[in-house]
Amino acid sequence: MKTSRRDFIQKTALFTGVFTLGFDWFSAEAAAETSTMEVVTGAGRFNAFLSIDNLGKITLFSPNPEIGQGIKTAFPVVVAEELDVDWAQVQVEQANLDTKLFERQLTGGSGALKHSWERLRKAGATVRKMMMQAAADQWKVDIGQCKTSKGFVLGPAGQKASYGSLAEAASKLPVPTELTYKDRKDYKIIGTRVKGVDNKNVVTGKPLFGIDIRKPGMVFAQIVRPPFGATLKSFSAEDVKKMPGILEVVSFKNKVAIVGENTYAILQARASLTCDYSSDAPLESNETHQNWFDEGMKSEKAQVMRKDGDFAAAIASAAKVIEATYECPFISHSPMEPMNFFADVKADSVLLAGPTQVPQPAQKAVSDLLKIPVDKIQVELSKMGGGFGRRLSNDFVLEAAELSSIIKKPVLVMWTREDDMTGGTYRPAARYRFKAGLDKNGEIIAFALRGVGLNAGNSTRQDNFPVGAIENVLIESVDQKSAVTTGPWRAPITNFLGFAEQAFLDEVAEVAGKDPIQMRLALLEKVKTKPVGKITYEPARFEEVIKQVAEKAQWKKKPGVHQGFSVYYSHLSYVAQIAEVKVEKGKPKVTKVTAVTDCGEVVNLSGAENQVKGAIIDGMGHAMFAKLNFQKGVASPSNFNAYRMIRGNEIPVIDAHFVNNGIAPTGLGEPALPPTGGSIANAIYAATKKRHYKQPFN
Amino acid sequence: MAINCTVNKKKVSLDIDPNTPLLWALRDHLSLLGTKYGCGIAQCGACTVWVNGEPTRSCVLPISAVSNAQITTIEGLDSAGKHPVQVAWDELDVPQCGYCQAGQIMTAAGLLKKNPHPTDQEIVDGMSGNICRCGTYHRIQEAVKLASKKTKK
Ligand code: FES
Ligand code: FES
Repeated sequence: MKTSRRDFIQKTALFTGVFTLGFDWFSAEAAAETSTMEVVTGAGRFNAFLSIDNLGKITLFSPNPEIGQGIKTAFPVVVAEELDVDWAQVQVEQANLDTKLFERQLTGGSGALKHSWERLRKAGATVRKMMMQAAADQWKVDIGQCKTSKGFVLGPAGQKASYGSLAEAASKLPVPTELTYKDRKDYKIIGTRVKGVDNKNVVTGKPLFGIDIRKPGMVFAQIVRPPFGATLKSFSAEDVKKMPGILEVVSFKNKVAIVGENTYAILQARASLTCDYSSDAPLESNETHQNWFDEGMKSEKAQVMRKDGDFAAAIASAAKVIEATYECPFISHSPMEPMNFFADVKADSVLLAGPTQVPQPAQKAVSDLLKIPVDKIQVELSKMGGGFGRRLSNDFVLEAAELSSIIKKPVLVMWTREDDMTGGTYRPAARYRFKAGLDKNGEIIAFALRGVGLNAGNSTRQDNFPVGAIENVLIESVDQKSAVTTGPWRAPITNFLGFAEQAFLDEVAEVAGKDPIQMRLALLEKVKTKPVGKITYEPARFEEVIKQVAEKAQWKKKPGVHQGFSVYYSHLSYVAQIAEVKVEKGKPKVTKVTAVTDCGEVVNLSGAENQVKGAIIDGMGHAMFAKLNFQKGVASPSNFNAYRMIRGNEIPVIDAHFVNNGIAPTGLGEPALPPTGGSIANAIYAATKKRHYKQPFN
Repeated sequence: MAINCTVNKKKVSLDIDPNTPLLWALRDHLSLLGTKYGCGIAQCGACTVWVNGEPTRSCVLPISAVSNAQITTIEGLDSAGKHPVQVAWDELDVPQCGYCQAGQIMTAAGLLKKNPHPTDQEIVDGMSGNICRCGTYHRIQEAVKLASKKTKK
């Protein structure tokens, strides 16, 4: 593998004896995949560093914000493996945003690991080779005679030198251009169970999160935001200002901010604040959204996303036509840590601190807003109490910066749970209509999907399976504009589209008189032998997860157990699931989900299992319970008493398996979620003969 | 009038609005930031601390109610992280984002204090008041079991 000069910024010993290699993890290959993150930030590219001091301390700097997907652990694992050191020798540190050292930092979600795999390996392997070269020079032997093990270079005559002792000499060597990577059979860390690098700090309650930020002179604030689409006319500030512990009440951009000495003082002041709003257009309600769905389904102006063959002619000639409509509401991300951010805006400099997945775009947005150059804006990253996509938006960063610039004080803006749940950037609401035509043998000859989203952009994924296996296809999207703000939500679009599609295919299989698994396999066979149009997935990898899940869950071989199948490709990974449902006291209960995942190489087995199980629980909980209602532009419910989150007594057994085929790894934060609603709904149907077309099911 | 109580074995005096929920007194006035806010209405368990040894939702408990009480927060459980529950949490790699875990740990440690060897069902029931948005429930339940094994008979 070739290393180009521009991948490296070699910094020779800025301070004596410390070897720091600047490494551009994301340089050469352009990101082909449009992941969530790129939609928000543009093509991904970032840098990171590893350092080795002359005492042998190895520090890996993780430039990506950690949202609980395990990236802060998984990335350094890859570097440590190729560097050939013991995991126990390594320290991992979160790097703050530094546009001089790093060109771009972002949490790349499921796309991140794939894009950085080569770069991470290169970061480790390069330094390993430089250590070997330094030792070879010292011992006057050929580098080919040297080996490494656990942070030492070993020479042909039994010589042994630690990386620490070689660090300074190595740092003066040219960066090697030819590298060899470890054979995966020699992996010592990759594929094992590596515990989260922050565990110790978490279990002892260290102040790691944005909400825990404390800075000298800092004040607290909460912001009252208007109903969606409304304008602030007036508010009653005088009495509120006089309340104990309240410092200021100010208004900007239709919002009212209450600034105070502590949280409780502000909470009480809020209860006394009244705001008057007006609006030009009628404010949105559930009915508005239903009308927009109806209109979108009838619209002549749908955008054609994909067209193969002639759908209209084929459906007209079909022996049987199946049609079904699916719908999901707006839902909130509800990370356990509500939004918050710290900002200290001075005349010519800004300090931002807190939980954001996109520090650089945040910095840029603040720069644009306040007309302060980016190099005067410092960003410190905190740990994030979950994100699920919510912290890809910058609204809460901008608010904090704007407020600080008005009150001229360092301020931590905190959202209450109610603010977080009613404050927007939701998973968009969507309605899908599927249509399939079967010939007299039960083969699918025509397939159509129309998606109508509310602020969803393209609500379809037009190249998704079974597209590619069917002659006549029409995929259309309609986007209706709403005042309700939306943003990416874990597995954007596919978090519901996956359910709708997998539930529909189950219905199609039933009408065609086919086993749902056999029908999928037959379609994939067609993709291999007679593909139609552009294919974005690999049919062989699809087949493998399907076959494995059927075997592991003993598909249709368990008497008395009702099973439902689904399989979905998203975010570059393949996940097949079989859910099991038992009927208890007349009610269906999901007892088990078996999942087989192909995410290529499994970097950290512990983290991978966490992600798959977490995504299935997330998918199941939101499919069953989550819904926001709208009345006059206001969302409800606003807290966990009425907006139900799945709990520990409601979870099924989850049996998570990985194909682990050594292909460059793809991330896991998202792909196990989209198939979940489908496998569960199909199992519920098997048990009750009742199909679900809407989320939430309950 | 100031409210006196003991927090993590230290005597403290809080001269603030007696209606202040214990959560905000801990976080904003005593700088004990390990206890987390999740809902403020006793629904999620993120704010769980011990009041006289009882796991309690600090977000809805006014400090007027803790006069002379003994309060233990995550910082006071074992600052070195050697409590069996903390050890089990690390060993089984429970945390994802980690935000809910202080509350989970205080609930679990409270459960084991009362019932050192709970059945599986008792663990599920005892822990289901705490929400984990990341879905770490399986490992939470396994870790309580592991901690129970580590707890001396
Ligand atoms: S914050 Fe107290 S129970 Fe949620
Ligand atoms: S670990 Fe993230 S909420 Fe529980």
